Formats: sequence, structure tokens, C-alpha cells
Amino acid sequence: METPVSSMIWVLSASFVGSFGAVLLKAGAIRLERNWASLFLNWRLGAGVCVYILSSLLFVRGIANGELSLLYPLVALGYVWTMFWSRLFFGEPLTKIKFVALFVILAGVAMLGGAIGPK
Amino acid sequence: MSNPPSLVSHPLLDRVTERQRSLILVSLCTILGAAAQILMKKGADPSIHGMIPTIVRIFTNIDMFIGYALYGISAVLLVLALRRGQLSLLYPVIALTFVWVAVLSVIVFHETLTPMRIAGITTVVLGVGLLGLGGSPTADPKASARPQAEEEAA
Repeated sequence: METPVSSMIWVLSASFVGSFGAVLLKAGAIRLERNWASLFLNWRLGAGVCVYILSSLLFVRGIANGELSLLYPLVALGYVWTMFWSRLFFGEPLTKIKFVALFVILAGVAMLGGAIGPK
Repeated sequence: MSNPPSLVSHPLLDRVTERQRSLILVSLCTILGAAAQILMKKGADPSIHGMIPTIVRIFTNIDMFIGYALYGISAVLLVLALRRGQLSLLYPVIALTFVWVAVLSVIVFHETLTPMRIAGITTVVLGVGLLGLGGSPTADPKASARPQAEEEAA
């Protein structure tokens, strides 16, 4: 079974959209108070869950065609996006190790996508 | 510091069990998460396009439904584990999900792992594992306090 490029693009978009889910959940979590009402009245948490669901729908669209062993690891690119948003929205430092991890993940994704190395 | 031995050993013991609890939780997450991916792939219908039909599919196809349920459960467990655990320990375990999915894809869908694909997956696993080491010291104050506490105990 061949994996179409369109499937890879669906999965990569899912990882991009999903990284905003993480941002919204984090933004919601730090505003959470110690009562049950705050869990349901917190719009950021709700939006985070919705964004995650949207991301999963894009993912399913992607994996419907093609090989899972190639498509699933592409999700790891989401960690790279999340790293940038953490820096941007929460001021978390981009440490040297994170930067190395970023390039290692990118290299792995590129290998899987056939952008580098033999098929 | 001149803490009596009982005060030194108890928090240490608590810390060990807490760490193990996080590890068990995250390991469970990787297995549930991998199973979820397999079921979602199994239930996905290539002829279905669009958001609403996909959502309908989740509730009408048993593989998709269980896949989504496991996905949700593993996400909640992961949040619980990450809240308490040490990231440098948990990220390498999380990266195992990629290994499980690859192995299960071969078993369930008879996919072929070319050398290039194995190299790609290995590289991604390494990268995600490395992520845990890059955490800022402020993000996990316990992690930086631990070696000192262990020295005191020794």
C-alpha cells in the first residue's frame, strides 16, 4: 500500500491544529480554581477539547488512506509547534536540548516523508 | 540540613512511589494510545469526507468508537501523569507509543517497515525522548531538588 502525500498533509495539519489544543488546555489549566464549576465554566478548557477533537478528525481523514506506521510518527511534529507556542504564549525558554530535539524530530519526520534519503 | 532521619526517609519513599505511579500511568497511556490509533485506522472509511460524516462514523462504527474512547482515556491519564511526574522520565516512555504503533501496524495491517521507515521512527523516538531533558528548571522544581535530597539521605 502506498501512502499518498495528501494523507501526510492531513496528518501534519492535524498536528498543527492539535498544538493549539495544548495551548488552550494549558491556558485554561493555569486559570483553574479548586471547584467543579470552574472546570465547566472555563472556556479555554472547552475550546482546547474542541480543538483536539477537530485535530483528531483531520487525523482520521489522513490515516483513512495510507500506512499508519508512516503517518502516525508524523504527529510528533506537533511537539515542535507546541515548543514554539510555549515560548510565544507562556514565555517558556527554548533550551539548547529542546532545540536539538526539535531538529531530531524534524529529521525523523523528513525521513518518513521521503524528503531525505532513499525511498 | 539537620533533619531527623525519619523526616528524610519518608518524603524520599513517597517520591519513589509517586515516580513509579507516574511511570505506570504513562506506560498504560502508550499502550492505550497505540491501540486507539490501530482501531481508528481500522474504522476509518476512505470514502467518508467532511466533519459531520466523520463524527457520525465515530458513533456508528464500533472500531472508531472504541478507538476514540481509548484515545480520550489515554489523554486524560497522560495529563494526570504529566501533572505529577518528572518530564525527563516520562517523555522517553511516551515516545514508546511510536514503537507500539509501528509493531501493531505490521501485525494488524501487514505494513512493511522499510529500513528508511525504521530509521525515521527511531529518529522521531529519539527526538521526543530528548524533549524531556530540555525542560526548564522552573517547570519541575522537584527534579532539581532530588539529587541534593538523595545526597543527604546517603
